[in-house]
Amino acid sequence: MSSMRVFQVGLRRAAAPAFRGNAAGRMVQRRFAATNTISQDSAAELLNKQRRLRPVSPHLNIYQPQITWYASGLHRISGVILSGGLYLFGFAYLAAPALGWHMESTSLIAAVGAWPAWAKVSAKFGIAMPFFFHSLNGVRHLVQDFGIGFAKKTVMQTGWTVVGLTVAGSLYYSFIG
Amino acid sequence: MASTRVLARLAVRRTAVRPAGFTRGFASVTDTKAREPISKLGETINPSRPVVPESKTSTVKEPAPAQEAKTKTFHIYRWNPDEPTSKPRMQSYTLDLNKTGPMMLDALIRIKNETDPTLTFRRSCREGICGSCAMNIDGVNTLACLCRIPTDTTQESRIYPLPHMYVVKDLVPDMTLFYKQYRSVKPYLQRTTPAPDGREYRQSKEERKKLDGLYECILCACCSTSCPSYWWNQEEYLGPAVLLQSYRWLADSRDEKTAERQDGLNNSMSLYRCHTILNCSRTCPKGLNPALAIAEIKKSMAFT
Repeated sequence: MSSMRVFQVGLRRAAAPAFRGNAAGRMVQRRFAATNTISQDSAAELLNKQRRLRPVSPHLNIYQPQITWYASGLHRISGVILSGGLYLFGFAYLAAPALGWHMESTSLIAAVGAWPAWAKVSAKFGIAMPFFFHSLNGVRHLVQDFGIGFAKKTVMQTGWTVVGLTVAGSLYYSFIG
Repeated sequence: MASTRVLARLAVRRTAVRPAGFTRGFASVTDTKAREPISKLGETINPSRPVVPESKTSTVKEPAPAQEAKTKTFHIYRWNPDEPTSKPRMQSYTLDLNKTGPMMLDALIRIKNETDPTLTFRRSCREGICGSCAMNIDGVNTLACLCRIPTDTTQESRIYPLPHMYVVKDLVPDMTLFYKQYRSVKPYLQRTTPAPDGREYRQSKEERKKLDGLYECILCACCSTSCPSYWWNQEEYLGPAVLLQSYRWLADSRDEKTAERQDGLNNSMSLYRCHTILNCSRTCPKGLNPALAIAEIKKSMAFT
C-alpha cells in the first residue's frame, strides 16, 4: 500500500467526515495487490497459454477395477482376438495353395495331434476363453440395448455370471469337449 | 458551533492518517515478474506427464498429534499452475481422525485450514446438492462431501481430480467442455404452442413420473468422467451426464422439439459412443442411472 494513497484516503475523510457513504466503515477489508488490467484478447491468450500447459488427470491407472469397465474392456479385446484370428486364418487359408502350405483339416488335425497334452489344452483354452466371454457378454449387451438389467445389482450379477460361465465353459471345452 | 462539532468529531475519531504500526498488513504481490512464468515457457509440454508418486514427496503431518490418535494418511494429487513445467505429484498428509469430521470433504477442509493452505479444491454446499466437490476418491468418482472417510487407519486414502480432465490446479478440473456440451443439448423447455388453458403446461401424474430419476441430476460430472468412452472421445461424445439431461427433455411431455433433439444426437459420436460400460450408473453419487437414460434414448431413436 503506497503511503500516498493512505494519505489521500485520510485527507478525504478529514475533508468530509459526514459524507462517508460506506456504512461498514473501517470493517471493510481492502486488498491492495499489484494488479494490472489487460484487454479481453490478451486475457484469452493468457488463458489459452495456461490451458496448453495443463496436465491431464490420471485415469485408467487409478480408477478402481470394477466388473463394469473391466468386462467391457475384455469384451473388446476378446472381440479383436477372435476376429483377428479369423482373418489371419482366412488369409492364410487363401494363400496356402500359392505358398504350398498344408492347411487342410486332415493335416491340421494330424499336426495338433502331435502336440503334447499341455499345449493342446492351453491352445483350446486360449481360443475357448475369448469365444465364450465374447458370446455371453455380447448377449448381455444385446439385452441391455432393450433397456433391461440396468439396476446396479443386476449389472454386477450378470457381469459375474458371464465371468463364471466363461470360466466353466472354457474349462469344459479345454479338458472334456 | 457547527465547526467546533466537526472538529470535535475529528478529534474523537481515529487520526486522519493512521500510523503505520496500526494499519493491518495485507498480502500483496510485489514481485509481479514471478507471476508470469507461463509466457517464458516453451509450448510443448506433454499433458499426460506422469505423476510423481507419494514415495518421492514429503508428508505433511498432523499439527499436534494427541495420545491415542487415529492417524490416517491421505495421498492427494497436487499440481501448481504457477510451476507449469513441474510434474504433478502425490502429496501425503496425515490427519487424526478423532479431530476430523466424518466426510472426506471435512478432511480436505481440515488440511487446508490447519496444515496446508495451498491445497486447492472446489466445495460449496457440503451436503451433496451443489456438485462442486466431485473428485476421484480411492479410485471411484464421488462427491467428497458424501463420501465417508474409511475408519480403517491402516488403509491409506488416495484422492485425485476427476479422471482424464485437464487440471487447473490440484483437485480442480477444467469443466469448460462439459458445460459447453451441456449447453449444446439445449437444456430448457422448447415450445411453440401456448398452453391450452392459457396459464400452465399441465402434465398427468404418469407424465411427471417419467422425469423422476432425471431431474435430480446435479451435473457434478462424476459419471461422465468415470466413462472410458468419454475419456477417449471427450470432444465428440457427449457423455452420460449430458445425455441424461438430454433425455430429461426428450422425456418431458411438455417439450415439443423432441424430433429436433433426436436429430441432434443422430450421428455416430454424440450418443452412440456409449457402449453400455455402466461405470456411470455405478458411480453416480445421487443414485441416478444415466446408462438407463441413454438406453432409453437409443430405444426411442431405433423404434420411431
